[in-house]
Amino acid sequence: MLIAIAVIAGIGFVGALALAIADRYLAVKEDPRIGLVSAALPGANCGGCGFPGCDGYARALVAGKAPNGACAAGGAAVATEIARILGLEAASVTRRVALVKCCGSRSETIRVGDYNGLCDCGLAAATAGGDKGCRYGCLGYGACANVCPQHAISITDGLAKVEKRLCIGCGKCVSACPRRLIELVPADATIHVLCNNPVRGPEVRKVCGTGCLGCHLCERNAGGPAAGHFTFSGFLAKVNYENPPTDEQLAAKCPAKCISVDPHWESAE
Amino acid sequence: MSYYLMILVGAVLVNNFVLSRFLGCCPFLGVSKRTETALGMSGAVVFVMTVAAAVTWCVDRWLLQPNGLGYVHTLAFILVIAALVQFIDIAMKRFLPALHAALGIFLPLITTNCAVLGAAEINCKQGSGFFESVFFSFSAALGFGFALLVFSGLREKLAHANPPACFRGVAVALVAGGLLSLAFMGFSGLVKLPY
Repeated sequence: MLIAIAVIAGIGFVGALALAIADRYLAVKEDPRIGLVSAALPGANCGGCGFPGCDGYARALVAGKAPNGACAAGGAAVATEIARILGLEAASVTRRVALVKCCGSRSETIRVGDYNGLCDCGLAAATAGGDKGCRYGCLGYGACANVCPQHAISITDGLAKVEKRLCIGCGKCVSACPRRLIELVPADATIHVLCNNPVRGPEVRKVCGTGCLGCHLCERNAGGPAAGHFTFSGFLAKVNYENPPTDEQLAAKCPAKCISVDPHWESAE
Repeated sequence: MSYYLMILVGAVLVNNFVLSRFLGCCPFLGVSKRTETALGMSGAVVFVMTVAAAVTWCVDRWLLQPNGLGYVHTLAFILVIAALVQFIDIAMKRFLPALHAALGIFLPLITTNCAVLGAAEINCKQGSGFFESVFFSFSAALGFGFALLVFSGLREKLAHANPPACFRGVAVALVAGGLLSLAFMGFSGLVKLPY
């Protein structure tokens, strides 16, 4: 009995001693700033900065391998705090929110078939290209809403809508969308082109009532190509978010009605 | 040679640690949601179980049995394995940072894993030799990893399924685990078991 107690206590003591010695002599010296930067970050581990979690971003920041200001969730306050810890110039952070670049609701677009499969955009798109006539538009099966850590996306009338107040700009929805039609845009921009279809106007007309025709009327109304408020890829107008237009009349003047003023969905609260 | 092959087949397929002996069920359900994490966990278990078998064999044969203390081996093994895993964690962080980055977060989970303790217990009960013990633990850990990987593959598919509301989540995972265990019962009688 006494021997048993002595042996167990001995094993415990030897183990504790080995751990104490290992902790003392084998400890890895980490830069204390990593802990400070980690504490300053929001800790949501959303991955929006492109690093594996807040801790990964903190390590990259201290190692000088990441730009300050990549944390969209933390915003300017966190960037200033990190700059203070690391002694850097605070980078200016513009808050970015997700924008679903499609306004072809169920009533506006034609459907080319019935899709009865699982409620997932990726699977729907893989099944003969999806049930929506437009090959570029929102499928409305909520792949973006399912990955959103903030539950900021809801589906209404076959279209995903982002609630601006809740969006932290992590970009998970951007990569979840099989049609790649979600973009992170500056939160203070108000005029948006809600279409993702780059083909010619008549082809767009066949499948959607509100698709961009590529008529360049918005560009002309906003001061011509020299003003640089819009860019075009194929027959699709895009807002130049470096230099966004502010004239709210543009929405009313768009013949396809695919330009919208502040299309983000806001909840009643 | 064929004896070791029998140990291997016996531990991986016939008496699989998770699916036949029901040891290590907690990580089997806990870290089987994604194949990458299952792979990391399997690697960590193989590593820790093999090292733990070697150390516990030495403790049992040279410290406990000469003093007639076979009856406290469970208690002693818990202490030894817990200290060992902590020590490996510290040493690995220092000397093998790449391996620590891959396995590090799983090591604390294994500290009190019943699969690790169970392998040491079985070795002790069998009274087998050093290399036999180490090889058995290695094979058992491989079996654990095999079951974990198969199950994580199943669960990744299950995530896309649409079961009735009352079955969603852990319930349907447990049903799938039971069916997998049933499938492994088909291996019984495959080899004449040394264990």
